[in-house]
Amino acid sequence: MEEITLASQLLQYTITGITIGSIYAMVAIGFNTIYNVTEAINFAQGEFVMLGGLVMVFFRVTLNIPVVFSLPLTILVVTTVGILLDRLAIRPIRKPSVLVMVIATIGASFLIRGAAMFIWGKNPFDLPPFSGRNPMTFWGAVVQPQALWVIGFLVVVVIVLTLFFDRTIMGKALRACAVNPNASSLVGINVKYMILVSFALSAAIGALGGIVITPISLMEYDRGAMLAVKGFSACALGGMGSFSGAIIGGLIIGLIESLGAGLISSGYKDVFALLVLLVVLFVKPSGLLGSVEVSKIRKF
Amino acid sequence: MVETFPVTKHKNTVQLAGFGLGLFLFPWVAQRIPYLDHYMDVMVFVGIYSIMTIALCLLMGYAGQISLGHASFFGLGAYISGVITTKYGLNPWFCLVVGMVVSAAVALAIGAPSLKLRGHYLAMATLAFCIIITIIFNETMAVTGGPDGLAFIPGIGIMGYALDSVVKYYYLVWGVVFVVLLVCLNIIRSRVGRALRSIHGSELAASAMGVNVAKYKIWVFVLSAVLASVAGSLYAHYLNFINPASFDLFVSIKLLIMIILGGMHSLWGAIVGAALVTFLSYEWLQYFEEAEVMIYGAIVLLIVIFLPGGVVSIPEKVGSLWRR
Repeated sequence: MEEITLASQLLQYTITGITIGSIYAMVAIGFNTIYNVTEAINFAQGEFVMLGGLVMVFFRVTLNIPVVFSLPLTILVVTTVGILLDRLAIRPIRKPSVLVMVIATIGASFLIRGAAMFIWGKNPFDLPPFSGRNPMTFWGAVVQPQALWVIGFLVVVVIVLTLFFDRTIMGKALRACAVNPNASSLVGINVKYMILVSFALSAAIGALGGIVITPISLMEYDRGAMLAVKGFSACALGGMGSFSGAIIGGLIIGLIESLGAGLISSGYKDVFALLVLLVVLFVKPSGLLGSVEVSKIRKF
Repeated sequence: MVETFPVTKHKNTVQLAGFGLGLFLFPWVAQRIPYLDHYMDVMVFVGIYSIMTIALCLLMGYAGQISLGHASFFGLGAYISGVITTKYGLNPWFCLVVGMVVSAAVALAIGAPSLKLRGHYLAMATLAFCIIITIIFNETMAVTGGPDGLAFIPGIGIMGYALDSVVKYYYLVWGVVFVVLLVCLNIIRSRVGRALRSIHGSELAASAMGVNVAKYKIWVFVLSAVLASVAGSLYAHYLNFINPASFDLFVSIKLLIMIILGGMHSLWGAIVGAALVTFLSYEWLQYFEEAEVMIYGAIVLLIVIFLPGGVVSIPEKVGSLWRR
């Protein structure tokens, strides 16, 4: 048995932090996608992650469908939920102020959480990892193979999204809506449709996060709220609306949480991320990468 | 987007008198009807929640800000009262005031930085605050008793006259509600109320007209936090037992639901909403247990989509349909 040194411990916490931070980054990217188009925070973002995990459990474990097919199927199902959320809860609102939209998404998150409890019950579910449970060791730190999948999927999401926003007409239209919805509709962009697309997109990203993290941390019906809060802290830390900010913010929050839990106190694990959120709001509300000018004209 | 507010020019004397008389007579009626006598107990909770929602309505409906941290101020009041009275045996009224002072200070510390900025930073800051406070209540076992809660909190009395029955406590709580309602109705009709409405309409226009937007928002936030703390103290002395679950994020959101359901722009709506949600969770939804979450979600969505003015706008809607 190897001796556990402080250095190897630190490395262990760092790896754990980056893994969980990747999930927070995915949640934060989901937040930003909707925020950029509607200027509202979707409080149901965490429920997408929870649904991603539990629907995947249904396909993979209950129906025993191989990962290659169950993963896209799960994303399809959760994306449908995201589209329904927009069509049934967001679009019918007659006077869509930011305040009302925030309240509507809180209501929707309750609805989804309650439905998940009905379907899956209160017990946490496990999912077999994509490539076995034999851990690898690096300089005394243990790495689950699934952690590499998590980080890999974050990289894939980032590359695909960057290409989507820079290279496709729809991505550019979404970015235009983010800058100025009124002007976008003047040049022929269907803003309502873009809001739908943003909900679908962020549901898909959330679902992917849930799918890859479930083999590591299990998943149960009420996990969504805390994931949303952490993702939100990541968002605020990186700067609302900034994709690179979301990734940096997510990784930093994950690291702080893992190091704080390991070195200071595990009981206060959830407090660290939230303290970061408070400090950011009070010291630099525009976030690390957000610009002060932009945050001044924002409604949220 | 233009939102119109019902400007109350007349004083609500008739409504207030009717409301007061109804409250005064309710125990007399309820105790004589079987099946209704335990409603007294629920009505005490309705009163406690109303104290919070009335002030929260000022913050949401008039200043246009969302707070997700009011359950924590509720909890601060309850735990300060509970801990000091059980551990040091001090006068409950003194503890209530200590709770108010602490809540005011905390609200100022959180509200001042986040309300100076435009937008909904308060929602985020209070969200984080609420979760942190719940974790602290759970983790500081030596002081708060942790997740098992704090028991044997003494009752409260006035000048040596113990309020030891439900009916007596009912009158205490609803007396406080009545005073709070009176004060807040007056605030709305005053210069402050007009300033708050103008902020909700357009912050930019309000500040152009010389309204100190940040000052008014902070002021209302602190006021609502102090009242939530009072409600918490009353809650602790009534139940004689508190645990962290009564003050978590879910409770904060329940307060939000009360205000949406009753009607965001009406203080009467705040009381109606508090009554409806309290009866739902203490009486009518008990068979659903945890699935009540789903029902609350559905209620919020239905109200936001079909009845943005809340339950109190129903008479007006029916009236306009009738006249058509």
